[in-house]
Amino acid sequence: MTTITTRESAEDQGVGVKKSGGFTASAANYIDERTSISGAVKELGRKIFPDHWSFLLGEVALYSFVIILLSGSFLTFFFQASMAEVVYDGSFAPLKGIPMSAAMSSTMDISFDIRGGLLMRQVHHWAALLFVAAIGLHMLRIYFTGAFRKPRELNWVIGFILFILAMAEGFTGYSLPDDLLSGNGLRIIDGLIKGIPVVGTWFSFLLFGGEFPGTDIVGRLYSLHILLLPAIIVALIAMHLLFVVVHKHTQYPAAGHTNQNVVGYPVMPVYAAKAGGFFFIVFGVVMLIASLFTINPIWNYGPYDPSPVSAGTQPDWYIGFADGAMRLIPTGWEFVWLNHTYSLNILVVLIVVGLFIVTVMIYPFIEAWITGDKREHHVLDRPRNAPTRTAIGAAGVTFYASLWAAASSDIMATHFHLTMEGVIHTLQATTLLGPFLAFFIAKRVCLALQKKDREIVLHGYESGRIVRLPGGEFVEVHQPVDEYERWKLVSYSDFKPLMLRPNAQGKIGVAEKVRAGLSRWFFEDRITPVTQTELNRAHGDHPAEITDK
Amino acid sequence: MAKDDNGAEHVTAADSPGAQLATSAASTAVVTRDALVNPGFPPHRPRITDLDHKEERKAERTVYTLFYVSIVGSVFAIAAYMAFPIVAEDPGSVRLNNLFIGLGLSLALLAIGIGAVHWGKALMSDHEGVDERHPVRGTEPVRARAVEIFQQANEESGFGRRTLIRNSLIGALVVFPLPAVVLFRGLGPMDQDPVALLEETMWKKGVRLTIDPSGTPIKAADVTLGSSFHVIPEGLSEMGHGRLEEKAKAAVLLIRMDPKDLIEEEDRKSWSYDGIVAYSKICTHVGCPVALYEQHTHHLLCPCHQSQFDVENHCKVIFGPAKRALPQLPIAVDAEGYLIAQSDFTEPVGPSFWERA
Repeated sequence: MTTITTRESAEDQGVGVKKSGGFTASAANYIDERTSISGAVKELGRKIFPDHWSFLLGEVALYSFVIILLSGSFLTFFFQASMAEVVYDGSFAPLKGIPMSAAMSSTMDISFDIRGGLLMRQVHHWAALLFVAAIGLHMLRIYFTGAFRKPRELNWVIGFILFILAMAEGFTGYSLPDDLLSGNGLRIIDGLIKGIPVVGTWFSFLLFGGEFPGTDIVGRLYSLHILLLPAIIVALIAMHLLFVVVHKHTQYPAAGHTNQNVVGYPVMPVYAAKAGGFFFIVFGVVMLIASLFTINPIWNYGPYDPSPVSAGTQPDWYIGFADGAMRLIPTGWEFVWLNHTYSLNILVVLIVVGLFIVTVMIYPFIEAWITGDKREHHVLDRPRNAPTRTAIGAAGVTFYASLWAAASSDIMATHFHLTMEGVIHTLQATTLLGPFLAFFIAKRVCLALQKKDREIVLHGYESGRIVRLPGGEFVEVHQPVDEYERWKLVSYSDFKPLMLRPNAQGKIGVAEKVRAGLSRWFFEDRITPVTQTELNRAHGDHPAEITDK
Repeated sequence: MAKDDNGAEHVTAADSPGAQLATSAASTAVVTRDALVNPGFPPHRPRITDLDHKEERKAERTVYTLFYVSIVGSVFAIAAYMAFPIVAEDPGSVRLNNLFIGLGLSLALLAIGIGAVHWGKALMSDHEGVDERHPVRGTEPVRARAVEIFQQANEESGFGRRTLIRNSLIGALVVFPLPAVVLFRGLGPMDQDPVALLEETMWKKGVRLTIDPSGTPIKAADVTLGSSFHVIPEGLSEMGHGRLEEKAKAAVLLIRMDPKDLIEEEDRKSWSYDGIVAYSKICTHVGCPVALYEQHTHHLLCPCHQSQFDVENHCKVIFGPAKRALPQLPIAVDAEGYLIAQSDFTEPVGPSFWERA
């Protein structure tokens, strides 16, 4: 007996938990003695996270995913993923007595017979739209600030896969109610798959369990939608966040921020309060939208039937770019050769869209190769300070936006009283030429902004005050920026194009030549940051009396 | 990337002491020796809640009031669940149920969120902290030890030495998932030939054209000039099993035009009846129903990808991504004056597929 008592008290002293007698203290002690959680609290509890509105985009994505899980779990209790034909007998009078699949019928019941069911459906759908949108914006933020650079390239790839999976989740979910729109979406997928050479026909039969539409597809998509895809997404999100902890978050250039530190608020308590609170704000906003605005009114569309279709149908926004790409293909891109059909009108779309997204995925590696930059980067670039990257991004966004707009070509034509053909031809032009134009404009704008920054650093900003000098001359007073503000404008790296160097054998390889060429293209136009000498000289130019000190 | 000589040895960050070494080795980053110096953190500016005790009290009140408001919102949502039941066949009741439960929940969530954020911003310490960063790669001793562990494991197992064991294991691991791939063959039907199925529809000689979805046969005399009908083969609407699959191939659009407007090829002149033509409704692009008929231009439009077909000229494509004309169903009239099919379509309907020629 005595030995046990001593050991217990020794243990208590060992972990340093004082017996204050409070419930919290003893509960914490209980848990720590079984989990050593105090170590995790020590490591993570005061971890610093920098603050910036653009860092919230990733949080919105994470939180909408949680909302999707919560609302989706509710829906699974009522939804029947079956294409068995039933006759609808629910509360929505216009569809009463109409044969439809159990999937459609149970979705109708969720909407019209279960209190709060419609609300949860709409929360689920709105949160899904927000999920993909937030990921997209988060990716743009990462891209334009150069946050994908070493050591975060792999996390970019993980995030990219999450983006693709989010779209897959969206599409599989969209297809589940088996209404007219979702069926037409699947019909398009079926047509796309059949257009793939050699395996397309068989693959379509495997997917649909026979001829389209069959009676299997909803059940199969359901497995993907609620089990396989979410499991992969959860695992990848865990990895994504783990990497954020390992790398520590990036920060914007600012006074006191260096590549060796991270400045911000500790997880406990400030970050927990702000980020935790932000979850509720995102949830609240989604809830508010879901209570005020209808989304996907399947009761207006009716059950799937291969024959009817309504004009002006639109896919969910994130599928738009792929759908739009299909519309932009000119007439006649299909041929028969050696008794087989080559559907270029489908293949070209698959290849071009595929290449585009693969380029997005591997961009960090391409840029690293071109720039030869092997350093770790924890301070973000202001987009203007990486003009070529920003211009490439602008070109990519223009390309994507053109495809995306094409998905609504008919709506644009009817809405603005344009011809269908005119809209398509215009968008074909913007898809092909727009990226080049966007590249040029974005690059010039970046360089102009950099020049403006230089001017502000060297000569201050225009104060709008006109002063008359003793000699009768009028000048505008330029207000100098303080050293903290100035640091934001000058703290970026300058680069020079890569030099062609022979390798150990004294040869210059083709790859090296390409690389040097790309490096020149990447860095030839650049504005160097202001140096101390330049600043001193500039200050000499301004007599003290007109800098308004 | 293999023969990169750009100072890979120096994984130092730009403004660290080692950075100048790294650039001198050949990286493209220029480290200006004359660069401005980071001025360090600007002086901390206290918030109004730090300076004014009254403001602090006010912020405190705001935060707890918001949390109480959240409770009100939750209770309201529960009350709304009971107060706004769904009444059968009254869509308005669904709307109210949705609206008021939703508003209660929104209030509950937003009030928690705004309260917590306000607490964090206005009341919690706003002194920024600084964490030091270290290179992501392990320290040299750790890396050396990791290499040592691998070497030791290699020694002890003979993984590198016993190549036969290693290679046969790799082979086994590559092959063992194959049965799983084969198992998925079961996703598709075992007893069907996709190509044969895609090449035929329900239409055959003598099948009456009936109205979709009622299944009422159509008399040629009832098809007035300029009108169009959505058509399915007789018997399809009564089908139980496989109805949608058949309909996805057999759906037809029937249009009566002035025979003068029709440009018909010689061998297909007999396929129409007195200006009545029947075309597959399934788009030859990716299979959407080509359901929109513009009467005055005699054009058909597919709403999915905007392919346009000219009914006057054998439904050839005049715009959009489709390539092939819509297949025509040869029709005739039976003894009672009902429209019937002369045969099945003479080519596969719907989207193109590899085996189609």
